[in-house]
Amino acid sequence: MGLWLGAVLAGIFVAMALLSFVWTPFPYAAMDIAQKLRPPSAAHWLGTDQFGRDVAAQLMVGARTSIAVAIVAVGIGMGAGVPLGLWAAATRGSWIDEVIQRGGDLVFAFPSLVIAILITSVFGPSAVNAILAIGIFNIPVFARVTRGGAISLWTLDYIRAARLAGKRGARISVEHILPNVANLLIVQGTIQFSLGILAEAGLSYVGLGAQPPTPSWGRMLADSHTLMGLAPQLALFPGLAIVLTVLGLNLLGDGLRDLMDPRLRRQA
Amino acid sequence: MPRYLLSRLGSLVLSLVVASVVIFVVVQVIPGDPATFMMGLNATPDTVEALRHSLGLTGPLPLRYLHWVGGMLTGDLGTSYTYRVPVAGLVLQRLQVSLPLTVYAMVLSSLLAFPAGMLAAARRGRGADLAVMGATQLGVAVPNFWFAMLLVIVFALRLRWLPAGGFPGWGGGLWPGLRGLTLPAVALALPQAAILTRVMRSALIETLSQDFIRTARAKGLSQGQAVRRHGLRNALIPVLTILGLQFSFLLAGAIIIENVFYLPGLGRLIFQGITQRDLIVVQSVVMLLVAAVIVVNFAVELAYALVDPRLRR
Amino acid sequence: MTLLSVRDLSVAIHGRPVLNRVSFDLAPGEVFGLVGESGSGKSMTALAVMGLLPHGAEVGGQATLAGTGLIGLPERRMCALRGREIGLIFQEPMTALNPMQTIGDQVAETLLIHGAASRGEALRVARQRLDRVGLAGERFPLERFPHELSGGQRQRVCIAMAIALRPKLLIADEPTTALDVTTQAQILDLLRGLVAEEGMGLMLITHDLAVVAGLATHVAVMQAGRIVEAGPTETVFRTRADAYTRALFAAAHHVPRRTPRIGSRPMLTVDRALRRYPLARRPFAPPRFFDAVKAVSLRLNAGESLGLVGESGSGKSTLARAVLGLDPLQGGAIRLFGEHPVGPRMPDALRAGLQAVFQDPYGSFNPRWRVARLVAEPFHLMPAPPADAAERVAAALTDVGLRPEDGQRFIHEFSGGQRQRIAIARALITRPEVIVLDEAVSALDVRVRAQILDLLCDLQDRHGLSYLFISHDLSVVRAITDRVLVMQAGQIVEEGPTDRVLDAPEHPYTRELVAATPKIPPGWMEDDDAA
Repeated sequence: MGLWLGAVLAGIFVAMALLSFVWTPFPYAAMDIAQKLRPPSAAHWLGTDQFGRDVAAQLMVGARTSIAVAIVAVGIGMGAGVPLGLWAAATRGSWIDEVIQRGGDLVFAFPSLVIAILITSVFGPSAVNAILAIGIFNIPVFARVTRGGAISLWTLDYIRAARLAGKRGARISVEHILPNVANLLIVQGTIQFSLGILAEAGLSYVGLGAQPPTPSWGRMLADSHTLMGLAPQLALFPGLAIVLTVLGLNLLGDGLRDLMDPRLRRQA
Repeated sequence: MPRYLLSRLGSLVLSLVVASVVIFVVVQVIPGDPATFMMGLNATPDTVEALRHSLGLTGPLPLRYLHWVGGMLTGDLGTSYTYRVPVAGLVLQRLQVSLPLTVYAMVLSSLLAFPAGMLAAARRGRGADLAVMGATQLGVAVPNFWFAMLLVIVFALRLRWLPAGGFPGWGGGLWPGLRGLTLPAVALALPQAAILTRVMRSALIETLSQDFIRTARAKGLSQGQAVRRHGLRNALIPVLTILGLQFSFLLAGAIIIENVFYLPGLGRLIFQGITQRDLIVVQSVVMLLVAAVIVVNFAVELAYALVDPRLRR
Repeated sequence: MTLLSVRDLSVAIHGRPVLNRVSFDLAPGEVFGLVGESGSGKSMTALAVMGLLPHGAEVGGQATLAGTGLIGLPERRMCALRGREIGLIFQEPMTALNPMQTIGDQVAETLLIHGAASRGEALRVARQRLDRVGLAGERFPLERFPHELSGGQRQRVCIAMAIALRPKLLIADEPTTALDVTTQAQILDLLRGLVAEEGMGLMLITHDLAVVAGLATHVAVMQAGRIVEAGPTETVFRTRADAYTRALFAAAHHVPRRTPRIGSRPMLTVDRALRRYPLARRPFAPPRFFDAVKAVSLRLNAGESLGLVGESGSGKSTLARAVLGLDPLQGGAIRLFGEHPVGPRMPDALRAGLQAVFQDPYGSFNPRWRVARLVAEPFHLMPAPPADAAERVAAALTDVGLRPEDGQRFIHEFSGGQRQRIAIARALITRPEVIVLDEAVSALDVRVRAQILDLLCDLQDRHGLSYLFISHDLSVVRAITDRVLVMQAGQIVEEGPTDRVLDAPEHPYTRELVAATPKIPPGWMEDDDAA
């Protein structure tokens, strides 16, 4: 049941982002000072902000930013982390494994938010730098998950059989290990995806993520901060969008894990 | 024990060294000339040169690195360019907010998570478990800064029970200080509690499926006795790991929450340092935070050995 | 007088029946053996009696312990009985103890939990009981942790825990299956002694007929949740009234028909092989090593079956890995066909001549591949896959008694025995001359094991294969090998024709091994050759 709820929530969010390319209730950047800070109405479903911009339109376009940042950040994490994890497992106990593992520990020792802020401040605030900052911290996460799953597979007899068939580490990793850790990676991917959305919102909230005029849920919240007393609904909708999206992705991830774990499936 | 201790200690020192090099490179090498970076593009060459001298940013990089590390080891964190005071003093001042806030949040989150996790594990698959797990799903999905804003709207602006921001300091006694930290601590604690609850639950369930729990039941222990006498201690290692991670996360990661509540904590110090391009502050405070994480991890690993006799060699 | 009386015990888990009207009686001082293959319901019977069935189990029928009905007894009363009136020992000693608690505390807990003693008194009794199970105080103080003990020693701790309050009934569920044969003999001796001394009833659950024959006064044979035959042990062994019992007993010491044609060409020669592992270094100390295989030499001739027996830790699996060219040697040499060196860097064409079948039928296959692709994997050793690859896969599957269509199925659709057949097909696909069988039948139930042994002998006859057969099980080695090597602590201690070595062992270790192996008394199975 969680799987379906999650799929529906995440699906709505993706559909919203895709729809925004062809249609939004209002042009998302169109200001109308006469209509500023309106509560939800038939014309403006979710009301307007302090410049009279349509909140619903901004939320839809903001979903694009969140998806883009999270997808690329997960892509960076998987792209670098999975090969590193496979390599570490294939050379278990060697200095390569040690360096990869300790390197991961080291990245984990850095407070991620601080480093993200550092990176964006040295290289300038932008969505691209936010992606990089979030993506770098995804690398050791995927490396660890991959290595952990791969290590237990390497002890199995089918790996010995593959070696008897003359196959070496790289080929075994691709043919035998990767397909069998894929379910772990999918689950971790959805988790990191939702964490990426949270991180992007946080960075944008402090002004270091996507820059105006690109709409972003985090910056909508930051803009609403000073208006909390005046128009609390402005703080409500972007926050709800984040919560529902992340909730949906997490439910989806848990559901996929249960679906792919044969032990759990049999009980269900 | 000595071998475990020694190897952990070795990796502690190595991590500190590598981390300091990385930070030095990111802050002092990548941006090019730090003095130019700090003054901005409009500065004249003379003023940049003067700043460079006053900050001790002359000489070859390795020497500057050694000078910085040497200073850190003797408690000299350099002088802030914007505040014109020693960074060490600033840090001590800010810790008076950040440390109590972190501890406050961790206590709240543990008080919530431990019983909830145990309840969920004991009632696995039944109503209480489903309720707890649903709540944690929501808890991990809520961004803490948004939750903080909702808390402010409800408890500060509407109900006026607690202040909306700012920190009165500890001068007026314990109570006003705690009052000022309560909403931020709750905002920080809730998502952490959700994670901790899930870890507690899964660690307990994992332990309960172990053979030695069945052995304990065969001795005549009831399910509850088996959990208390054999389950909890074995489930403690993953929980300790998460507690350690959360301590360091909260210490540094309160940046955004400190912004929401205008708290003069460590996170805000870094944030201001970054926006004001005060590299000396950024470099030293980030290093301190990283060192704190590494030392906490070390402490957690020592705690493993206290819990688990297999590591005492 | 009956101690435990079970009548019409039926159990269903989530509606699926697992026990069907099981009935038996057990008298004090008696050893009752419950035998059967995996999944026959033996362990479920024990758990039902103990009230430890998993959630979702429905129980019918009765079990009475010394007049007290056990089925449907409230959990509180059941807790008071467990540990005090009934002791239970499990199969896996490595995980049965809490790793965080000392052995003294764990044994004393049995007394403390029943309020039978103060803490000091409980620890004193724990000491006595540990002494009784052979863990003397000077070497095994109460403060020891489980990880400091071997498997056999841990099983002794489990027994001490189970008998701490001198229960009337002891249930032992495969208590020696995870142990080496010499350790098994000691544990069985200990159990036999305890029954005699304390007048306990022992319910012994095992798959091993020889263990039952040596220990049980009465025996019941289980199949698919039912008891198919029961009675005094010797009577059951001699009469074998039920068809299933007959098939099971016949399979247990089935000897495949073989016509060995042994040539003199050396297929595999191992010359003073050394496998050395570095141990963790202490600071400022010279490096230390562990030699898992010390200067081992052997020779496998064309068409021969060579057995290699030894207990866990003897180095036989390490030697197997080296012989397969998976690990490098630190000294000596391994040669294939008398000349080509074997090692991790050996050429593919040579590797094609040397294949293997491993122990675990479940871990031997990538679950995401179809059987045809799994069987074809060794074609990777050839410069290009042969043009008739599909036909050869089909032929290999037919060769091992499967159908060519099975190639399109996934591995989870096959049983353990069928999987071992697929593993053999994969080993044969490159038409090798030497096959290493590393505990290849150890994970199989006896009836399936007999079929696989027949298949192996048949294939050897037809393809002129040479086998290096590695096993801990002397009866299997006796059934299928021509010559045998006995390995202990990294060295070959005895070598010779299989019958001679097993019937008249010369080396003390071999003698100990042979003596420790449980045997069905000669004469009990007389008419078996006809089967």
